[in-house]
Amino acid sequence: MDSQAQKTIFKVERKGDKLLLHLSGVWKLGCGIPDIDAIESSTDGKATVKGITFETSKISGWDSGLMTFLIKVLNYCQANGLDFDQASLPDNLDRLLKLSQAVPEKEGLGGHEGRGNLFHRAGIASIHHFGEFKASVSFVGECFLSALGLLRGRRPFRWRDFFLVMQEVGVDALPIVSLISFLVGLIISFLGAVVLLRFGAEVYVSYLIGYGMLREMGALMTGIIMAGRTGAAFAAQIGSMKVSEEIDALRTMGISPIDFIVLPRMLALFLMMPLLAIYADIVGIFSGMLISKSLLDIAYPIFLNGMLEAVALPDFFLGVIKGVVFGVIVAISGCLKGMRCGNSADSVGLAATSAVVTGITCIIIANAVIDWIAAVYGI
Amino acid sequence: MKNSQSNGKTHITVSHLEMAYGDFVVMRDLNFTVEHGEVLVIMGGSGCGKSTLLRHLIGLKEPAKGDILYDGQSFVQSSLEEQKKKLRAFGVLYQGGALWSSMTLSENIALPLEEYTKLTPSEIREVIAYKLALVGLAGFEEFYPSEISGGMRKRAGLARAMALDPEILFFDEPSAGLDPISSSRLDDLILQLRDSLGSTVVVVTHELQSIFAIADKAVFLDVEKRTLTALGNPNDMLRDPPNDNVRRFLTRDSGTD
Ligand SMILES: Nc1ncnc2c1ncn2[C@@H]1O[C@H](COP(=O)(O)OP(=O)(O)OP(=O)(O)O)[C@@H](O)[C@H]1O
Ligand SMILES: [Mg+2]
Repeated sequence: MDSQAQKTIFKVERKGDKLLLHLSGVWKLGCGIPDIDAIESSTDGKATVKGITFETSKISGWDSGLMTFLIKVLNYCQANGLDFDQASLPDNLDRLLKLSQAVPEKEGLGGHEGRGNLFHRAGIASIHHFGEFKASVSFVGECFLSALGLLRGRRPFRWRDFFLVMQEVGVDALPIVSLISFLVGLIISFLGAVVLLRFGAEVYVSYLIGYGMLREMGALMTGIIMAGRTGAAFAAQIGSMKVSEEIDALRTMGISPIDFIVLPRMLALFLMMPLLAIYADIVGIFSGMLISKSLLDIAYPIFLNGMLEAVALPDFFLGVIKGVVFGVIVAISGCLKGMRCGNSADSVGLAATSAVVTGITCIIIANAVIDWIAAVYGI
Repeated sequence: MKNSQSNGKTHITVSHLEMAYGDFVVMRDLNFTVEHGEVLVIMGGSGCGKSTLLRHLIGLKEPAKGDILYDGQSFVQSSLEEQKKKLRAFGVLYQGGALWSSMTLSENIALPLEEYTKLTPSEIREVIAYKLALVGLAGFEEFYPSEISGGMRKRAGLARAMALDPEILFFDEPSAGLDPISSSRLDDLILQLRDSLGSTVVVVTHELQSIFAIADKAVFLDVEKRTLTALGNPNDMLRDPPNDNVRRFLTRDSGTD
């Protein structure tokens, strides 16, 4: 096909008090949609122009490209009080145009966020964040009330969901927890080997590993893994239940979604996370022991004796308590983000992402706070 | 004849209701009442706020202004516990069915029965079989919602909504996505429920045939005026349209030719 035939052509001609637009050539989306500058420049400042008519007999093909152009012209005419001569258009164009104008545009829409100046936007953002914060606090409150209700035996409990989630966050998470804690144990012992060897104190690598795994890394790494694995899954599950109105269906049946969905998940993580943390401790210490043997030539009994001299039961319990706290954090951030999810598919994705980010941030903050408290009380 | 069941007592009263999402007012100043045993149809163009009105009626959304009363008692102002008690007498069918996707159909229907009745498991199973048979889904007890079609999901949702023989049934577009036969069976079912249980029924629908077949009373929500512009029996409305938008809605006049 020659390029001439593929061109969108329009010419503006003055005819009495009207503008005559000659449209010809191909008017398709692929050819681009012309600007209406030419029309603007021939009407601007000339009050004598009263309207626009069309001459369309030479158009060789058209699709929505032409319609978009015509609607642009129509809007321009309406904005400037010009007469738009719809009758000069061929029948089928005329009908499509009428259809597109049949339902008036929705008015009175509250402006979408992002408009306005910096202060306006900052104000809107702070109001939004404050609202989110209030919602989070009330959600956490509701969760604890619901847990209290369960303790008092007042609320029904979904045992089936509970066991399902137990399996999901427990047994099913073992492989990944094993792998990560093995590698963390390995990293700590490499670190110990490099640093301690310079002081000739390589025997104390067992102390470093025992102390590091039990107090910090065991619980922290499991917390982070579970935030990525389970927190995101909770947010996505609950979010899609929200989208398909399943949460609403619970509510209108008089069943609290917190009791029904959140509580079993929270309880399952509450119980499983400390166990996982203990498991991670064991795997990490075991891998540290292997590396110490092969790298620093420390025999297993010496390693174990050294470690048991240094670490005590409080170190172990500190890790367990951290596990419990992190478990509750993961469950609450996952469920909260799911429940606050919007009504569309992409908000489910956002909810999952934000559950992971919130979960990990809160875990690290909580870890710092717990360490600080432990330091103050000399644990 | 249609009004035979209505015993003249007001069941639902909506007074000066204003519905809004943030700053955007969907509808304002809605006023209507529904008698016991009456079938109310909420009609209006797409996006005019029918689902939103339904969400207000079942307490999922708080009115921006105004009040909703059940049997003369304010629903909006009652405590959470009282609202819960009232909710037990509601059956709701959502636009998409809203079955709980992690449970089979029978578990879906069993949940309200387990929560609110003292039936034994075997009795519950019988009730489930009966409810599923009513909506033409006998034998689908052990299917998950993802394993059945959209129209079937809707019917299963209806079976769940009817599980507790509710005093008021709310339907959001029950016949959308159903074939003509299922759709007319559904109309029959709605009338049957009303006649046998005396339930009040609130239906959102676009289907003109359904509207004329089941409605005792209809409210028309006008997108342009942002309020209710017609209230009454749809057959009367058709004979004597209160305004042009209602006439065009009821006669399928698009207004382009
Ligand atoms: N979550 C929301 N946030 C903001 N606006 C909303 C929301 N949901 C609905 N709306 C607006 O409220 C109006 C009414 O929506 P609604 O879903 O009630 O319409 P509808 O009458 O049920 O339409 P349809 O017949 O298509 O289901 C629409 O204009 C829509 O833009
Ligand atoms: Mg709707």
